[in-house]
Amino acid sequence: MSAPSETFLGFPAFPEAAHDAVRDRELRRTMRHATHTIRDKRARAVAELADWDELRTAGAQLKERTLRHLPHYLEQLEEAVTRAGGTVHWAADAAEANRIVAELVRETGEQEVVKVKSMATQEIGLNEALAAEDITAYETDLAELIVQLGRDRPSHILVPAIHRDRRQIQEIFRERMADWGRTAPENLTDDPVQLAEAARLHLREKFLNARVAVSGANFMIAETGTMVVVESEGNGRMCLTLPDTLITVAGIEKVVPTWRDLEVFLQTLPRSSTAERMNPYTSTWTGTTDGDGPRAFHLVLLDNGRTDTLADQVGRQALRCIRCSACLNVCPVYERTGGHAYGSVYPGPIGAVLTPQLHGIQSEVGASLPYASSLCGACYDVCPVAIDIPEVLVHLRERIAEQGGKGHRLEKAAVNAAGWVLNHPRALEVGERLASLTRRLQPKRLPGPGAAQWTRSRDLPELPARSFRAWWKENR
Amino acid sequence: MRIALFVTCVNDAAFPSAGIATVRLLERLGCQVDFPPAQTCCGQPQYNTGYRKATEPLVHRMAEAFDGYDHIVAPSGSCAAMVRDNYPRMGRRAAAEGRGEALNRAAEALVPRMYELTEFLVDVLGRTEVGAYFPHSVTYHPSCHGLRLLRLGDRPHRLLEAVEGLELRELPNAEECCGFGGTFAVKNADVSTAMGIDKVKSAVGTGAEVLCGADNSCLMHLGGILRRHDQPQRPLHLAEILAATREEPLDPYVPDPYVPAEPTRTPRADTRPDQPPRSSTA
Ligand code: SF4
Repeated sequence: MSAPSETFLGFPAFPEAAHDAVRDRELRRTMRHATHTIRDKRARAVAELADWDELRTAGAQLKERTLRHLPHYLEQLEEAVTRAGGTVHWAADAAEANRIVAELVRETGEQEVVKVKSMATQEIGLNEALAAEDITAYETDLAELIVQLGRDRPSHILVPAIHRDRRQIQEIFRERMADWGRTAPENLTDDPVQLAEAARLHLREKFLNARVAVSGANFMIAETGTMVVVESEGNGRMCLTLPDTLITVAGIEKVVPTWRDLEVFLQTLPRSSTAERMNPYTSTWTGTTDGDGPRAFHLVLLDNGRTDTLADQVGRQALRCIRCSACLNVCPVYERTGGHAYGSVYPGPIGAVLTPQLHGIQSEVGASLPYASSLCGACYDVCPVAIDIPEVLVHLRERIAEQGGKGHRLEKAAVNAAGWVLNHPRALEVGERLASLTRRLQPKRLPGPGAAQWTRSRDLPELPARSFRAWWKENR
Repeated sequence: MRIALFVTCVNDAAFPSAGIATVRLLERLGCQVDFPPAQTCCGQPQYNTGYRKATEPLVHRMAEAFDGYDHIVAPSGSCAAMVRDNYPRMGRRAAAEGRGEALNRAAEALVPRMYELTEFLVDVLGRTEVGAYFPHSVTYHPSCHGLRLLRLGDRPHRLLEAVEGLELRELPNAEECCGFGGTFAVKNADVSTAMGIDKVKSAVGTGAEVLCGADNSCLMHLGGILRRHDQPQRPLHLAEILAATREEPLDPYVPDPYVPAEPTRTPRADTRPDQPPRSSTA
């Protein structure tokens, strides 16, 4: 039985993972090209809307209000889904959610399921859990397929194979497609059109044979019990309509009160994620309908750390996230390390605030993520639901510092010592004078943890002959 | 109009020339500037590293040190942003934690009077032309906190464009972070350096003699990379350029704080996350 891959097992803390990532030239080139392209496109798509700021505020407020009354909307949702012929299951954590889904699949007697791309099922490690029960899950999103065939990890929320270039994709298709079904065409090149066609043929077989599908949901509408999936490739539409049984796994924060609320998000989500004015496919379904689509519908509502996150006054805003990935695409850190360095299915700025909250700050990965940011604020600027990611990062750093542990005890002592000096200007003046007097003796590269980290790649400025304070005293 | 200089701790100890330049510039424009010696540090490094409560005494110190002044001027976007953006947040948190309104009051007393230098020049004094003379090519890096927290916009550019003799060169990807980020520079030194090298490549690629900024902490990081790779481009605070005149010119080629006491060694291969920036001078 594989453990839920909440953080990738055995992954090192961020700084160590990043050490190798920033030296991988091919990765750097691929990531730079991909993030800059989508970043610029998004900026143009957003600039088209004169009321973007209002939409952003409305999105944030809608989510805030829903989160404040979450139990109410969830009960309303459960009622509506049940009324429409669906069944609602509540899962407190990843293990429970996996158990429920595996059981539901077993009841159908099937051993294969097709999947619509979904972050929630990634979060709980559903594919691995199903594999342990001899159930094979086929990913049908193109990028997700590339990751699955390549026995790889996703590195982006929207484009899980963003770290792969087309030559690598060609190789993966040629070598691995046969193991999972229809073989790649003989003379497959790295032409994107050919690659997409190979994937289409490979996947078509899966759709036509599948009796069970697993999806996530972008939104769940409480008033009617309607699920909403927003996608670009049409694979989702296939999975959601062809099979007999549909199982949807979604985080409890995905609920919105009414259909009207979609007005905001269906404008902000596509422009933020793919830089499109409108995404090609928006599927909505409500329970089951005789003679149309799946005959059984199950909704698994996933908590997995969300209620705990909700209790944190500062950190809870992370639950507004609509997984558009704009913050990843604009992040200078993510651009240089890629997604794997974050050691979790949620990479980039949102991952740095979500992973430690959902899964705790006790693990080394969890405790390192809130520091994986220069606090440049680009993520907050682009976020369509105005999550102040830097604010949450600093807040989580506070929680980590309070928890103590590796490195933080020394740091705290240093902060306290500095605090004393900074509260005694006279001592500061003496310190500055001493530093100036001995400046010729100070080496350009320093030993010791913090200082060595600086001087390994950067020179230190030579200290001035006198401080500003001293100059002022002499001259004014 | 009583004006206080908040020089910031980094400028005070490591880059006094930026503070001196700010004083000279403001005095030349007819302001009377005071330096309240009770000031030390705004607390940004501590706060951003997660030591909010240890930062609180510094909020009170700032409020007391600058009590009675009409305007507080800081030659640093990120320190001005610390006061304007984070002090009220700290005050609200303290009040929510049932620790009273004192911190809120200290924050409120500071926020409306705190100006970053270019804001003060353009918005309060109404000046973009300040009588400066600097016959050199310059590229400007708008640090994140100036750009995204204070929304300084084109103020620095308008000031630089009005400097006699100055040739302003557009910095590609200017809005991208330089990778300094306070303790990020040491906690995630590899990524920080990779970002810094990209920024330096863009800056050196403009062919400008000077890399100008309004935050010496970012310039310390970029300057350190420039020196390590033997790049002649000189990092220079905006205040120093604006303070330079025909009568008291500033020569960007005279020894500056970055000139090493001994020749720099070539970095070992494994210390370089990416190519040194020299290739991009072409
Ligand atoms: S945090 Fe904001 S920008 Fe990032 S993925 Fe979520 S909604 Fe998008």
